[in-house]
Amino acid sequence: MIEAATPGIVAKFCHTFGAELRRSFSLDVELQLPSSGITAVFGESGSGKTTLLRCIAGLQRVQRGNLSIRDDIWQNEQTFIPTHARPLGFVFQESSLFPHLSAFGNLHYAMKRADGGVTQQEFDRIVALMGIEELSNHYPDQLSGGEKQRVAIARALLIKPRLLLMDEPLASLDLARKQEILPYLETLREEIELPILYITHSIGEVARLANYLVVMEQGRVVAQGDLADVLSRVDLPVRLGEDSGVVVQATVVERDSQWNLLRAEFPGGELWIPDGGDALDEKIRIRILARDVSLALQSHDDSSIVNRLQAEVVEIKDDVDGAMALVKLRIDSTLLLARISRRSVHHISINPGSRVWAQIKSVAIQR
Amino acid sequence: MAFSAADLTAILLTLRLATTVTVILLLIGTPIAWWLARTRSWFKGPVGALVALPLVLPPTVLGFYLLIALGPNGPIGQFTAALGLGTLPFTYWGLVVGSVFYSLPFVVQPLQNVFESIGERPLEVAATLRAGPWDRFFSVVLPMAKPGYLTATVLGFAHTVGEFGVVLMIGGNIPGQTRVVSVQIYDHVEALDYGQAHWLAAAMLLFSFLVLLLVYGARGKSQASAMRYGA
Repeated sequence: MIEAATPGIVAKFCHTFGAELRRSFSLDVELQLPSSGITAVFGESGSGKTTLLRCIAGLQRVQRGNLSIRDDIWQNEQTFIPTHARPLGFVFQESSLFPHLSAFGNLHYAMKRADGGVTQQEFDRIVALMGIEELSNHYPDQLSGGEKQRVAIARALLIKPRLLLMDEPLASLDLARKQEILPYLETLREEIELPILYITHSIGEVARLANYLVVMEQGRVVAQGDLADVLSRVDLPVRLGEDSGVVVQATVVERDSQWNLLRAEFPGGELWIPDGGDALDEKIRIRILARDVSLALQSHDDSSIVNRLQAEVVEIKDDVDGAMALVKLRIDSTLLLARISRRSVHHISINPGSRVWAQIKSVAIQR
Repeated sequence: MAFSAADLTAILLTLRLATTVTVILLLIGTPIAWWLARTRSWFKGPVGALVALPLVLPPTVLGFYLLIALGPNGPIGQFTAALGLGTLPFTYWGLVVGSVFYSLPFVVQPLQNVFESIGERPLEVAATLRAGPWDRFFSVVLPMAKPGYLTATVLGFAHTVGEFGVVLMIGGNIPGQTRVVSVQIYDHVEALDYGQAHWLAAAMLLFSFLVLLLVYGARGKSQASAMRYGA
């Protein structure tokens, strides 16, 4: 888990675009981001997340901006470092490979311009990491969408960036191609010591990849913090609706072949999950949707529900639609969300501090 | 040999003129086309129209104004005289200047089209890969604009070879200096020497056809819209 207390990236931008037009858009953000791991910037299209990324890259220049990466100032009142002088890598939404260069030609374009050059070892490592050894002489128009993005990611890494910016790198791909790339991004998170800013409008990608989460809406940041903290906030799920839920990071500890289940431990408890073939000791992310969690005052052994966890109520908030409420629960250091009817809250009369049993109807490893 | 010595002189002069003019046009046409392709300035319209004027103007009109401007009483003529270069009309270099104006749109417009079709994105990508402005131009724009440069070169060269009106107005008819092929053909016809005129005219016809074949053949290979020239 990444400590939010060590901000490596401080960004402040305030700008109104198209003020002279009737449809103007204001960006007003203040961010403190960790200096490692994947920070997901999540929001609907039009929430300003791509604009934010372009401001950080220096592709879009705004008058009132402050940006520093560790001790380096990239922009303030006096300074504006142009994009080509910023040690960053950028992966665009659509394929951005140079059509006149082969796959490796594109990589060499970055290597030639990288700070301090790139050794053959580093090159081999990144090529292997992205699994593109076989594509060397292919030209971009001979590559699939997924292959193009993998080459583009390798190219962005070979520039030896101190910050990697990714603008919805999977958005232009179909489901199968997304599944093809996601494991590479996970490897990237684990293997490369580099802060990554990852723009997405897919909560699934957030749940699978992010360590830290920024939620944007209409040019503003409405939440930022550790993934578990932000996802378990009861005032945010309005924006996620049916997808409200938390991500629990757990470790596989036991395989029950008879019932085809895996036992996974997390801080404060354990869960039985359908066996997806994960190896023992593997670290997994389990997504638990608020609508799949119900509450009881006693443990019901006669229920069909496998996963029952004792928890403490932290916070209760009524949903916008009137009938439902969101309950934030704590199991040791792990936070959960439950979505139950307001009548049930009243019926079992729970309050912050109450001890309850959380019954989890279904869990799935995030893929 | 079907060509007379005078014919050969005219052919060599024409090729020398067209080569010089094409090189000059590629050098000055590139920044003009780049600016036209990327500016949002109010001047874009007027400058674009000015560059395109030779497409619609009778060459005699262009030649007439150039003759006035370059002549001893014109602003450019007084400037060149002050520099000790004399005046340009009825010299080879006067013809070069006239041809540059005359063929300008045939070089600028294909380049502008190809620059516009490349768009902003590859330049942004190059910037995120630590390429500075000049680096971006030479490493990304030039290679991607190759089909546009081929069209511009061929059309600029061929159009200069084919000019007549401007030459008559500011170049006159001085053998080895300003008497290009088109003027030589005119002379042959004036002298009722149809046989000689035939040889030269057929050579021009063949040359023009081969040039256009080259351009349209290249268009078939690259889908770039760089071949659109003219308004």
